[in-house]
Amino acid sequence: MSLTTLRARIERLGAGMSAHVWRIGFASRFLGYMLLHSGTALKRFHLTIAEIYFAGVLSLIIILVSGLFVGMVLGLQGYETLQRFGASESLGVLVALSLVRELGPVVAGLLFASRAGSAITAEIGLMKATEQLSAMEMMAVDPVARVVAPRFWGGVISMPLLAALFSAMGVFGGYLVGVQLIGVDAGAFWSQMQAAVDVRNDIMNGVIKSLVFGVAVTWIAVFEGYDAVPTAEGVSRATTRTVVTSSLAILALDFVLTALMFTGGEK
Amino acid sequence: MNRSTIDLWVGVFVVMGFVALIFLALRVGNLASFNTGETYRVEAKFGNIGGLKVRAPVKSAGVVVGRIVDVRFDNESYEAVVLMDIEQAYQFPRDTTAKILTSGILGEQYLGLEAGGDAKMLASGDRLRLTQSAVVLENLISQFLFNKAAEGKDAAE
Amino acid sequence: MLRDIDLAIERGAVVGIMGQSGCGKTTLLRIIMGALAPTRGEAIVLGHATRSLERDGLYAMRRKMGMLFQFGALFTDMSVFENVAFPMREHGALPEELIHDLVMLKLQAVGLRGAAHLRPTELSGGMARRVALARSIALDPQLILYDEPFTGLDPISFGVIVRLIRELNDSLGATSVIVTHDVQEALGVVDYVYFMAAGRVIAKGTPDEIRASPEPFVNQFVNGKPDGPVPFHYPAPDYRADLELASA
Repeated sequence: MSLTTLRARIERLGAGMSAHVWRIGFASRFLGYMLLHSGTALKRFHLTIAEIYFAGVLSLIIILVSGLFVGMVLGLQGYETLQRFGASESLGVLVALSLVRELGPVVAGLLFASRAGSAITAEIGLMKATEQLSAMEMMAVDPVARVVAPRFWGGVISMPLLAALFSAMGVFGGYLVGVQLIGVDAGAFWSQMQAAVDVRNDIMNGVIKSLVFGVAVTWIAVFEGYDAVPTAEGVSRATTRTVVTSSLAILALDFVLTALMFTGGEK
Repeated sequence: MNRSTIDLWVGVFVVMGFVALIFLALRVGNLASFNTGETYRVEAKFGNIGGLKVRAPVKSAGVVVGRIVDVRFDNESYEAVVLMDIEQAYQFPRDTTAKILTSGILGEQYLGLEAGGDAKMLASGDRLRLTQSAVVLENLISQFLFNKAAEGKDAAE
Repeated sequence: MLRDIDLAIERGAVVGIMGQSGCGKTTLLRIIMGALAPTRGEAIVLGHATRSLERDGLYAMRRKMGMLFQFGALFTDMSVFENVAFPMREHGALPEELIHDLVMLKLQAVGLRGAAHLRPTELSGGMARRVALARSIALDPQLILYDEPFTGLDPISFGVIVRLIRELNDSLGATSVIVTHDVQEALGVVDYVYFMAAGRVIAKGTPDEIRASPEPFVNQFVNGKPDGPVPFHYPAPDYRADLELASA
């Protein structure tokens, strides 16, 4: 490899990275602007309610079904492993803690990103491509306040509710498999679970996680849509970017939050 | 889809979400036994607290009567100082013993209270005089080996 | 990039800005809109210099303007009625009955009052553009901008739009600026023309003056000649050399 090609490649790498950093800065300013101009979304709340419908209600089926299946698998796998140590009565603890602390927020977040996040990006991107956003600007209506902010708040409000529903369905699925199917003692299942799952530490932290994920996913979805290249190809690429970036963000944030919440400060 | 239908579905969704949260809090978590009642604070010193952690339960006769609130180190007496909150409803005599026990064989460690016979009860700020430290596995093993060695020596003599 | 642009648009006139794609006419339109600021010089629209306007001032100015985008840019999640009602609802606290009547008025002006309940996806291209036109005049603007209004229309819709541009301009007492490269049709409706190429105004005048213009580029454009100042052949190396290379 000659020196010039090597240099060219390094230059491209550097330019690519600084382009990414620049983009994050741009996205942050966009978030700040949108938060400042969220007045319309809150005053004319029916706009946000419509977005809660599109992001939350329409994701219900996938969340509930996935939650049920994940809970059932947890029940099966959990029993399989626990009974080797004679600890099958702790199945409830295993299922509940796994869901409430981790799987609920994370998996619901990933599903939300791929279903609702991509839809939001596609919607906004398409509006940009067909000049609807410019038309709004021309009619002296701020498209960020009118189109973007309601979608952001709709997503942020929906996400914790969806994560809670996922966890609840999961616990129910674990119960179905563990107690009804396999025959773990129902009393032990619930009582051990209740003794081990702490409202403040586990459930509240799970809710906080899902809120953080909600903000991250919806911010990414909204920004990618707004920043998309206004062509059909550009919109499709933006949608893909939303799903990929949101998923990575969820997993990375999950690590950071878990480290902060569940391991720090042992006395 | 007109506005009132959307409102209806969003309402249903939000209600479902809150029901799920309440279910998690009550049926899955320990909110039902969450006591925000009155407590009084008592301390105890130990030679070794083993694996006792903050928020570990304080039990007597197997029933949870309080929680560990803080764990500190006394630099002068080189002992561990444990602070606990006991529910106001449960009064213990001043000569109650505090022991660090393990639930099951490999379970979590908790603080067990065995009531004494003193007529006077513990008040907030008091210190439990009689304590028993946690069992440290290494000490147990070395003691066992020491005993075995001593036995062997005796037999040889 | 635009250079040496010096044009004045008379109130009440219908003015056309014409030229090849990429000549800068859309950029000029965006400057009039206030979406772009001129790097040198001034753009004074409706009495305000656009460069000095902050967001609020810009929005206040735009409330007196209407713009028709190339393919209509109707909001796809709303019906025709709601599209036309949009500017009215966003900018005033008008009671619903009044909004209803106003929307019907505007739709009647473009001949689509019966289509009020349809959705944009159910409209043909020409109808969509007419609805967009109704929306752009919803607040009785003083200045109406048209970005390629004739693109992709069948002859009948064409005639409809042409008629509407003139009628609305006169009945509202407004000024209209049309950016287009549909020469013959535009020349039939405008009062004055600015001809652009490569970012400059190379000719201006009434439609008759433009048709008779001696300027070779204008001549090629107006008469649709395939070759002239804008060459037929894209710059290429010597033909012989290319063929000989291929057979070598």
